[in-house]
Amino acid sequence: MDSILTMTELLKDNKPVSEKYIITGLVLFLFALLFGVTGALQYVIPGSLKNLLSFEKIRPMHVSSAVFWIILTACGAVTCYLGQVAGSLWSRRLSLVQWYLFAGTIILILASYLMGIFGGREYWEFHPALAVPVAIAWVLFLINVFKSIKVFHKQPVYIWMWLTGAAFFLFTYLESYLWLIPSFRSDIVHDMTIQWKSYGSMVGCWNMLIYGSGIFLMDKISDNKKYSYSRVAFILYFLGLFNLMFNWGHHIYTLPAPRYVQYISYAVSMTELLLLGRIIYHWKSSVSTARKHYHILSYRFLLAADLWIFLTLLLAIAMSVPAINVYTHGTHITVAHTMGATIGINSYLLLSFVVDIFDTRGQKTNKNITTGLYISLAALFVFWISLIIAGIVKADWQMYGHDIPFSKMMRGLRPYFIAFLISGLALSAGLSWIVVTILSAHRKGKREERAAIS
Amino acid sequence: MSDKNKFSILLTLIISFLGYSFHLYRPGLRIQADTNNMADKGKKLWQQKNCGSCHQIYGLGGYLGPDLTNIYSSRTEQQIKAFIKSGTNIMPGFDLSDEQSKQLIAYLKSIDATGIAAPHGFNINYDGTIER
Repeated sequence: MDSILTMTELLKDNKPVSEKYIITGLVLFLFALLFGVTGALQYVIPGSLKNLLSFEKIRPMHVSSAVFWIILTACGAVTCYLGQVAGSLWSRRLSLVQWYLFAGTIILILASYLMGIFGGREYWEFHPALAVPVAIAWVLFLINVFKSIKVFHKQPVYIWMWLTGAAFFLFTYLESYLWLIPSFRSDIVHDMTIQWKSYGSMVGCWNMLIYGSGIFLMDKISDNKKYSYSRVAFILYFLGLFNLMFNWGHHIYTLPAPRYVQYISYAVSMTELLLLGRIIYHWKSSVSTARKHYHILSYRFLLAADLWIFLTLLLAIAMSVPAINVYTHGTHITVAHTMGATIGINSYLLLSFVVDIFDTRGQKTNKNITTGLYISLAALFVFWISLIIAGIVKADWQMYGHDIPFSKMMRGLRPYFIAFLISGLALSAGLSWIVVTILSAHRKGKREERAAIS
Repeated sequence: MSDKNKFSILLTLIISFLGYSFHLYRPGLRIQADTNNMADKGKKLWQQKNCGSCHQIYGLGGYLGPDLTNIYSSRTEQQIKAFIKSGTNIMPGFDLSDEQSKQLIAYLKSIDATGIAAPHGFNINYDGTIER
């Protein structure tokens, strides 16, 4: 009887679908790290792998793996947590079809890069035909999220974040393909304006899914739902949404686009100072709460992400001031910001969901994950600093040393690229250690679960 | 905060966002399309060869190679053609036909005509904004 009950519970549980997303995400994360290190090597030894895996192939492989690690794991976390909030997911089958669409398309995307077939746009560097199954998969996700929620009043803030994140992602994704219409691509400045408008907002959309899941997890850990229904939570949510919609202009300050794009983006971006102020104000209490919950692995990842939210937001606000952006634009400072956001914030938050959803109990597992976290945190800081210094040197060249050839300036950056490669290797080692530990602990847990059922 | 207030704020934001988006999409903000011209074919080639993974246009793109927004002004067509055909010690040669090289050069010429990418020409205003 007990076995039948356990099996029924397992069938009712949404975990198995979300697990597919998360496992695929973790494998893609390993790919992203591997391709990232291979790409970094080409900065230190220019021309290496030129004939085998040249940079125009390795970069999209790295970027697409990283983007799909974020998207798939975010979908997995939302799917799992939605099941916990709403009782059950509206359609498990729809979620499975979505996963098959994603998994199949990602394989085709990576293979097409190897064969030298590109769409050639930042983020989505794959052939536009492959954008269709991704869009269909997202529509299925959107249907599942809306149908699972059912009631739209008196909902906590994370439900609002999941709904708006999922809906706006579809809008911005379709917007990023407007260039397929000839009249949209014929003017390069207009094309780049719309391209970066969509990308700037799109990042905000997946952040909505991730931060929403983060708030859900914090509620779960603290066993207190007060915050997610509070006025402050909703004010911060609307502030985030406002920035998602209007602050993208800092990507294109130096383009000859209409001037109001600069003014709107500059003004809107400065409202992020409120977020920064709040983080500083609550820092002490956040740290003491972390100490209280120090035994919880998820909380360690949440705290690591908290630190990187502070550092990345500081850099983002500075870069949103046009007078500073004119120096940082086109330099490695932009890369430092991206790495801080995708690894420091997104990946640590996603890993906090993974260790919550997957069974990672056990002293050895705990110790291995914590070691990996500390190694990656230290390495990420060196990695970030080396990119910032390389960016400062390039900014100086752009503004004051533009008579010096590009190749000579790049040779001058070599020491920072070496630091970037070494710290990148350590970062990859730390993060890979975490991922491998999680996957093996999960496999072991599954085996034990199956043995208990039989 | 009541649900009514939340939905009102959300609706206001959505309307403003859509208004701003469609304002930016309007045809008056861009030059007319000519999909048969050399520059458009060159743009497609630029994307098919994924040139943006190493090169930037207006500071946006990759970091391994130089920004090519104004390369047409600083090099001769012959020099650009030689770079595209043979590559460098870092960049692979793309083995383009003469027609394709012309298309890519036409694209670079069209970008060059839109403005200057180098940031050192900007004036910084007291309020933190910039203008050329």
